Amino acid sequence: MIERNRWLDVLSHMVLIVGVGVVAFPVYVTFVASTHTMQEVVQVPMPLWPGSHAWENYTTALFGSHSGATPAVGRMMMVSLITALVIALAKISMSLLSAFAIVYFKFPFRMAIFWAIFMTLMLPVEVRIGPTYQVVADMGMLNSYAGLTVPLIASATATFLFRQFFLTIPDELVEAARMDGAGPMRFFKDVLVPLSTSSMAALFVIQFIYGWNQYLWPLLVTTEESMYPVVVGIKRMISGGDAQTEWHIVMATAMLAMLPPALVVILMQKWFVKGLVDTEK
Amino acid sequence: MAAIQLKQLFKRYGAGNKTVNVLHGIDAHIDDGEFIVIVGPSGCGKSTLLRMIAGLEEVSAGDIWIGDRLVNQLEPAQRDIAMVFQNYALYPHMTVFDNMAYGLKIANVATAEIQARVAKAAGILELGHLLQRKPRELSGGQRQRVAMGRAIVRQPQVFLFDEPLSNLDAKLRAQTRLEIQKLHRELGITSLFVTHDQVEAMTLAQRMMVMNGGVVEQFGTPEEVYNRPASTFVASFMGAPPMNLLSKVPDVPAGQVLGVRPEHMHILPASDGTGWLGQVEALEMLGAERLVYVRVGDEPLIVRIDESTQPPAVGATVRVGARADRLHWFNAQTGLRVAQGADA
Repeated sequence: MIERNRWLDVLSHMVLIVGVGVVAFPVYVTFVASTHTMQEVVQVPMPLWPGSHAWENYTTALFGSHSGATPAVGRMMMVSLITALVIALAKISMSLLSAFAIVYFKFPFRMAIFWAIFMTLMLPVEVRIGPTYQVVADMGMLNSYAGLTVPLIASATATFLFRQFFLTIPDELVEAARMDGAGPMRFFKDVLVPLSTSSMAALFVIQFIYGWNQYLWPLLVTTEESMYPVVVGIKRMISGGDAQTEWHIVMATAMLAMLPPALVVILMQKWFVKGLVDTEK
Repeated sequence: MAAIQLKQLFKRYGAGNKTVNVLHGIDAHIDDGEFIVIVGPSGCGKSTLLRMIAGLEEVSAGDIWIGDRLVNQLEPAQRDIAMVFQNYALYPHMTVFDNMAYGLKIANVATAEIQARVAKAAGILELGHLLQRKPRELSGGQRQRVAMGRAIVRQPQVFLFDEPLSNLDAKLRAQTRLEIQKLHRELGITSLFVTHDQVEAMTLAQRMMVMNGGVVEQFGTPEEVYNRPASTFVASFMGAPPMNLLSKVPDVPAGQVLGVRPEHMHILPASDGTGWLGQVEALEMLGAERLVYVRVGDEPLIVRIDESTQPPAVGATVRVGARADRLHWFNAQTGLRVAQGADA
């Protein structure tokens, strides 16, 4: 169906432009606010053109102020980065292996186990946060990378995705590998993993952002500033009560916090789309 | 290279009263270097038989011997065989070279040896210029050749082909058929080839195994199978158009079935004193020949006549004659061939 209507073109472009504007404007405001001094930010109306204090605001945000009033975001970014990477990579390898087991091995209660994994989709961290906290606290994993990552690693979604992908691999390919003398792990390493690369890349993007954006869980398990991820850090900077919030630093931190996920999406865009769209068989 | 022995081979699926019997005691001896085609309608168990020999299906009962080894319990890779699959089953992420070399790499063959073997196979199959391509960059015929190359480099005792030509177009199929024949002549490796296509079976086989319903109906050379079919099933399965199987025409004694191939029948004028009186129902022109559909009493039959012969008109009453030396008699109950003079 090809519509050749000029006005329809104009209209759809208008809708798109408005949509982009709605999404992009707050980001722009954040950026603008991060380039002014505090006095300029809090005045009404707020300036809408970038100011000249970008450099000092960002260095203050990254390394902390001389007075020690604002914490160093650099350290938080490190924590976030490590957490997000560990979560994304561990999720991928765990779910690859569990999907491999479910699809290619016959063991008792195989389907029961698959459905058990599938059911956990209905139990995200937020629902089971009380008991999970208890377990993590009892195991002494508070304020550690293990505490930040381990409870978030199991992934029904990724397991399901890989299972569906493995089911599309023709049986004949499995049989050909058997004829070639490839054992199960060899088949996994030489055939399944290379064939899954694009799905893995797509999952990495999704799971990295998922890990990076975690807020509620890190808020619970971290009590020391050195283990705060940046998302929690931003919230901590917005002081309640009488204390003054340094909005220009908060905005600079927010910009910094947005950067790594954006970079991951931009750099892996090609793979991401490929992984979601085509299944190379 | 090796001979293959099948002894009372059974295959069952399921257990208890839900058991499905797929193969009912297959016995066969295949000589070293023979080219055997296993042919039959879909669901007759021919693919299951091949997959059991390959080791992809378990044996329910009976023995499979390859050479002097009982292979029932061996993994496919240990049986010293190679298989060409219907959909070729090439590894999509590997180059043509890697596809062919993969099995050898796993078997820890030296790199130089792998290079040499792949180069040789590529030479035979004219794949030399494609070695660095991925399967998706190849045409169907080229993929098929890569699948054969992967089998050749293993230098196995036995080749197994599971309908490898069914995904090719008619022209390529004929060409590949000739190539497989040539390959077998050059390498002399015992080959088992499964197909449902009787033309493929006739042209490729040194001996063919005609299967139906999990049993071997006949095992013999294409000439034997065509000229002396062992049962009504074989008679009607081999040959296009199929053999006329007549039980209700005059001259056929009760309890017997008369088989005559369409090309061994001829049309006579109605005034002739011999043959059966019938009515022409339809005509088909096939180029070099014509098919005449005649109804004799209740019995429809097909007569194949030369294109140069003047065909009768549709609806005309004609007489149909059969060559006396090409009649086949079968038992109407069992469907088995009744011994006759020509069999001796």
